Amino acid sequence: MKMEDDAPVIYGLEFQARALTAQTAETDAIRFLVGTQSLKFDNQIHIIDFDDENNMINKSVLLHDAGEIWHISGSPADKAVLTTCYSKTSESRVLTCAAVWRMPPEWESGNHESPDDSSNNPQTLELLCHLDNTAHGSVACVLWEPMGDGKRLISLAENHVLLWDLQESSTKAKISSTATLEGKGQLKFTTGKWSPHHNSTQLATANDTAIRGWDLRSMSQIYCIENAHGQLVRDLDFNPNKQYYLASCGDDCKVKFWDVRHINEPVKCLEEHSHWVWSVRYNHSHDQLLLTGSSDSRVILSNMVSISSEPFGHLVDDDDLSDNEESQQEDKGKEPLQDSIIATYEEHEDSVYAVEWSVADPWLFASLSYDGRLVINRVPRALKYRILL
Amino acid sequence: MSSATTPPDSDPSQRRRVHSMLKHYYGLNEEGKVTEQAESLDPCDINGPHFDPEVYLNKLRMECSLGELMDHESCMVKQIRSLDSDMQTLVYENYNKFISATDTIRKMKNDFKKMEDEMDCLSANMAAITEFSAHISGTLQDQHAQITKLSGVHTLLRKLQFLFELPARLNKCLELQAYAQAVSAHRRARCVLQQYSHMPSFRGIQDDCHVIMEQLAQQLRQKFRDGGSSAKDLSECVELLLQLDEPAEELCDKFLSHAHSSTTNPFLSPTAGTDILEFIDRGCNEFVSSLCLVIASYQELFINRPQEGELASKNIPEMANGKLHVFVDTLAARYFSLVERRIQEEKGVSDNSLLVRALDRFHRRLQAISKLLPGSAVPSQGTEIVVRAARERIKQYLSALQTFYHDSLTDVRQALAAPRHKDATPSLPELLTSLSNFILNQLKSVLASVHLFTAKDITFSNKPYFKGEFCSQGVREGLVVSFIKFICQSSRQYCESAGDRGGSTPPALLLLLSRLCLDYETSTISYILTLTDEQFLVQHHTPVTPVTALCAEAREAAQKLLNHYVKVQGLIISQMLRKSVETRDWVNTIEPRNVRAVMKRVVEDTTSIDVQVGLLYEEGVRKAHSSDSSKRTFSVYSSSRQQIRYAPSYTPSAPMDTNLLSNIHKLFSERIDIFSPVEFNKVSVLTGIIKISLKTFLECVRLRTFGRYGLQQIQVDCHYLQMYLWRFVSDENLVHFLLDEIVGSAAHRCLDPSPMEQSVIEVICERG
Repeated sequence: MKMEDDAPVIYGLEFQARALTAQTAETDAIRFLVGTQSLKFDNQIHIIDFDDENNMINKSVLLHDAGEIWHISGSPADKAVLTTCYSKTSESRVLTCAAVWRMPPEWESGNHESPDDSSNNPQTLELLCHLDNTAHGSVACVLWEPMGDGKRLISLAENHVLLWDLQESSTKAKISSTATLEGKGQLKFTTGKWSPHHNSTQLATANDTAIRGWDLRSMSQIYCIENAHGQLVRDLDFNPNKQYYLASCGDDCKVKFWDVRHINEPVKCLEEHSHWVWSVRYNHSHDQLLLTGSSDSRVILSNMVSISSEPFGHLVDDDDLSDNEESQQEDKGKEPLQDSIIATYEEHEDSVYAVEWSVADPWLFASLSYDGRLVINRVPRALKYRILL
Repeated sequence: MSSATTPPDSDPSQRRRVHSMLKHYYGLNEEGKVTEQAESLDPCDINGPHFDPEVYLNKLRMECSLGELMDHESCMVKQIRSLDSDMQTLVYENYNKFISATDTIRKMKNDFKKMEDEMDCLSANMAAITEFSAHISGTLQDQHAQITKLSGVHTLLRKLQFLFELPARLNKCLELQAYAQAVSAHRRARCVLQQYSHMPSFRGIQDDCHVIMEQLAQQLRQKFRDGGSSAKDLSECVELLLQLDEPAEELCDKFLSHAHSSTTNPFLSPTAGTDILEFIDRGCNEFVSSLCLVIASYQELFINRPQEGELASKNIPEMANGKLHVFVDTLAARYFSLVERRIQEEKGVSDNSLLVRALDRFHRRLQAISKLLPGSAVPSQGTEIVVRAARERIKQYLSALQTFYHDSLTDVRQALAAPRHKDATPSLPELLTSLSNFILNQLKSVLASVHLFTAKDITFSNKPYFKGEFCSQGVREGLVVSFIKFICQSSRQYCESAGDRGGSTPPALLLLLSRLCLDYETSTISYILTLTDEQFLVQHHTPVTPVTALCAEAREAAQKLLNHYVKVQGLIISQMLRKSVETRDWVNTIEPRNVRAVMKRVVEDTTSIDVQVGLLYEEGVRKAHSSDSSKRTFSVYSSSRQQIRYAPSYTPSAPMDTNLLSNIHKLFSERIDIFSPVEFNKVSVLTGIIKISLKTFLECVRLRTFGRYGLQQIQVDCHYLQMYLWRFVSDENLVHFLLDEIVGSAAHRCLDPSPMEQSVIEVICERG
C-alpha cells in the first residue's frame, strides 16, 4: 500500500470565481460545481469530475449567461438540478437574483469527446424557475432542504428568510412562508445553513457578528448568538452527527464551535488563519475533520476529536472488523487523538473563498480561490487509516 | 723574797690564777691539770706547781742587775700583799655563807619532822574514806535500777498523754488555722495509732483524729479551691494535702482546672478594636505570663519538690508532668486559635512592622514556655502559626500588588481617556515611566515590608523556614515571580477579553503594556530578581523559576500585546474603509473630484498611530526607498503590471486572462501574512496595521461592482494612500503591491473599466 500522499490536483479556471459546491445528489462520481465571476464575459459553470484512479480531472463547462455567480448549490434529490445566486445589472443597478436550473442531459457525453471545444461552444443551463426576489432585495444564498426531496428551498434576501416550495417539476417556485429580521440599522443576512437535524426544521443564519437560529415551522427565531465573532460572520456549518453543534468562522480570523444550547461561550475556538476565514465545512461522515478556507490563501484541515461525535476514536462496530483485526489490536494501544491541525494547504495564491468536501469520497475535498484556481486534496492517508481502523 | 722575784702579771691572768686556785681547792681541777702540766716543767714559773724558789732565785741573781732585783723585789712584795688581802676577803665571805647555810639546814630539819606527822594523819583519813564509800555504793545499788525504770514509764506516759490530747490539740489547731502544726502532729501520731488500732481506746483516738483531719483536709481543699490565696499559701496547702495522703492526681487536676479558669478568663474576649500588637501584648501579658506562672508554680508544687517518705513511691512527677502537658496543650490550642483568628483578621497591608512585631513578641513569649516546659509542642506550634501568618502575609501582599497594578492601570486608562489637551495630559513615555516606577516602588516597598520577617532582631527569623523556604518559595516565587507572572497574564487577558468586538481596552494602553512587558523582559525582571535574591539571600534548595523563563513569558506577553495592538488599530482603520466601500453605490457615483474624506482620515489616523508608536518604540529598519517613492507612477491594472520586472516567459495552462500577469506577479512575490506577528519596532507595527487595512480594502472592493467613476474614485483613493503610506512601512513594495491589487480588483469588478489619466489623478491628489 502506498503510504505517501498523492499530490494535490490543481485546476485553473480562466475567470475569477467564488462559488463552489459538491454535487449533492451524486454519490458515485467525485464531482464539484464551480461558478465564475466575470462582468465582461459570459459566466460559466464548470463541472469538475475527479478521476480518483488516475488522479485526473475531467471538466465540463455550462454557460450561465444570467450574470456572475455568487453562490451555487446543488439539489439533494436531482443531480441535474442546481441553484445559483447571480448578480444582474439593469439600469445601473446591481441586484443579486436566484434561480433554479437544470443541467442539459447531454453535457456529459458532449464534453468528454472534445474538451478543447468546451469554452468555444458550451451548452447552456436550462432555467427552471426564478426565485423572484424583487420585493426582498439581493439574495445572499439559496439553501436546499438537506436530504430532502429537492422540493423545498430557502433563500436569504437582505433581511428576509424566504421558504420556497418547488412545484410542477421545479418549474414553479412559490413562497410558502417568510420571516424577517427586524432591528436597528440595515440588517442583512450574509449566509445561512439549513440544519440537517430536527427533521430539517431549523435554520441558522448569520448577519454581521450575530448567529441566529430559526424554527421553520413557526418561522421564528429560537436563539441568537450576539457577537459570535469579533467581526463579520462569514460562514456556518452544522455538525452532521451532533445535532446541537455548529461551527462558524469570520473576519476575526477565528473558527468557533458552538453548542446552541449554551450560547454564551463557544465550545472551542481555533485561531490558525492569518486573515478572514471565509468558509468552514464539516466532513460529512467524520465530523472531527474540519476544513476552513481563508483570504490568507490557505486551506487548513483540522482534527477536532475532542468535540466530535467520535471523541474516543472509531467504534468497534466497524464492518471491516474481521479484515483488520490485527490493526485493530494495534490501534487500541495508541493514544487517543488530540485536537490538532492536520495540514495547511498552500497551493492557492489568492484568497480562498470556498471549500467543499466531496459527497462521494469522504476523504477528498476541493478549495477554490478568487483567481480561479481549484485545488483538490485528500486527507492524509495516515490519518485516514487512524480514523478508520 | 719570793714576792719580790715574782714577775708582775696582768689583771685577768691574776684573777684566773685565783679561780684556779679556788678550783683546786674544791677539787675541780680537771682542766687546770692540762695547763699546769704544760707549764709545770718550768721551775721558774712562779705560778707553776713545780716552782722551785731556789732555782728561781738563782736565776734572778744571775741574770738581773741590782736595780732590776730591787724592782723585782718591790713588785713581788706588792703582789704578795694584794694576794693576802684577797685571801682575807674570801675567807670572810665564805665564812658568812657557811654560817647562813648552817642556819637554814637547822630550820629544815625542824620542818620535815612536822610534815612527816601530818602525812601519817592523812593516810589514815584516806583509808577511812575508802571504806565508807564502798559501803555506801553497796547500799544504793537496788534503788538506781528502780529509778531508771520509773523514768522510762514517765516518757511513755508523756507520749500517751500526747496521743490522748491529740484530738483536742488538732481541734485547736483547726480553729487557729495552724494547719501545718496539725498535720505534723497528726503525722507523728499516725503510725502509733495505726499500730495500736486494735485497742479500743487508741481506736477512738484514731477515729477522732480521722474525723478532725478529714475536716482539716476539707478546709484545705476549700482553701485550695478558692484559690484567692497566694502561691505560697497554695503550695503550702498542696504540700499539706499531699502529706494527708490526698491523691496527687486529683490535686493536679484541681490545681490545673483552677489555673485554667484564672488564666483564660480575662483573655478570652477578643476585642475587635485593638490592633494586633496590642492584642498580642494582651495575650502575652495575660495569657502567656499567667500560663508561665501556672507552669512554674505547678512544677514547684508537684514536680520539683523533694520526695519524702512514702510519697516518693507514687511517682508523682511523671503523672503530674503528663497532666501539665495536656493542660498546656489544650490552653495553648485555644490561645492559638484565637491568635490565628486575629491574625487572619489582619488584612490591611499598610504597616507590616506592626504584625511582624506582634508575631515576634508572640513567638518570643512562647520561648519562655519552652524553657519552662522543655518537651512541650507549644513553641513549635507557635512557630507554625508564625509561618502560616507569614505565608498568608505573602499572599496578601501579592493580592495587594495585583490590586495596585490594576489601580495603576485604571489610572493610566483614565489619563489616556482624558481629553487630549496637549499640555494637560502626560505623554505616553511619561505614563510608562511613571507606571513602571509606581510598580517598581510598590514592589520594593512590599519587599521591604516582607523583609521585616527576616530581620536579625526578630526571634523567629533564624528558624529554618524563614531562612530557606520563606525566602525562596515564599518571597521569590510566591511574591515576586507570581507578580511578574500576573502582570504577563493580565496583559494577555487584555488581548483575549478585547478579542471580541474590539474590546474596551484603549489601543494606547495595549501599546503601553506591551512596552512595559518588553522592558520587563530586557531589564526589570532580572533587576527585581537580583534585588530579591540579594535582600533575602535566597538559597535555592528547591528549584525556582529561572529568570530566563520569566523573561520569555514577558516577551511573549509583550509580543501578544503588540500583535493585538496592531490588530485593534488595523481593525479601526479597516472598519472605516469597509464602511466607506460597502455603503457607497459604486455604479452610480459621480466623477471623482476629490480624494474621499475617509482616505484622508486613514492617513491621519495612520500618522497619529505612527506618532503614538514612535513614542514608545524605536524606528526599526526599512528597506531603502526609491528616490521618489511618493511620486511613483501608480497606474491601473494591466498597464502597470506590464512594467513589473518579471518577464512573462511563462506558458499558461489556463486560457489567457487579464489577471494572468497578476497571478504571475503573485507567484514570484512572497506570500503576505496579514495578521502576522510584528517586531518590536515602529516600522513593523505600522506595516502590520497598513497591511490589515489595505487587505480589508481589497476584500471589500472585491465584493462590489463598480461603474466607471467608481473605479476612478478607487484609483484616486489608492494613489492618495500610496502618496502617504509608503513612508510608514518597512517595504514600500508591499504597499504598492496591495494598492495595485485593489485597483486591479476594482478594475475587474468594473462594468465600464475606463481608467483615469495618471496626471489627473496626481492633480486631484495633490490638491488634497
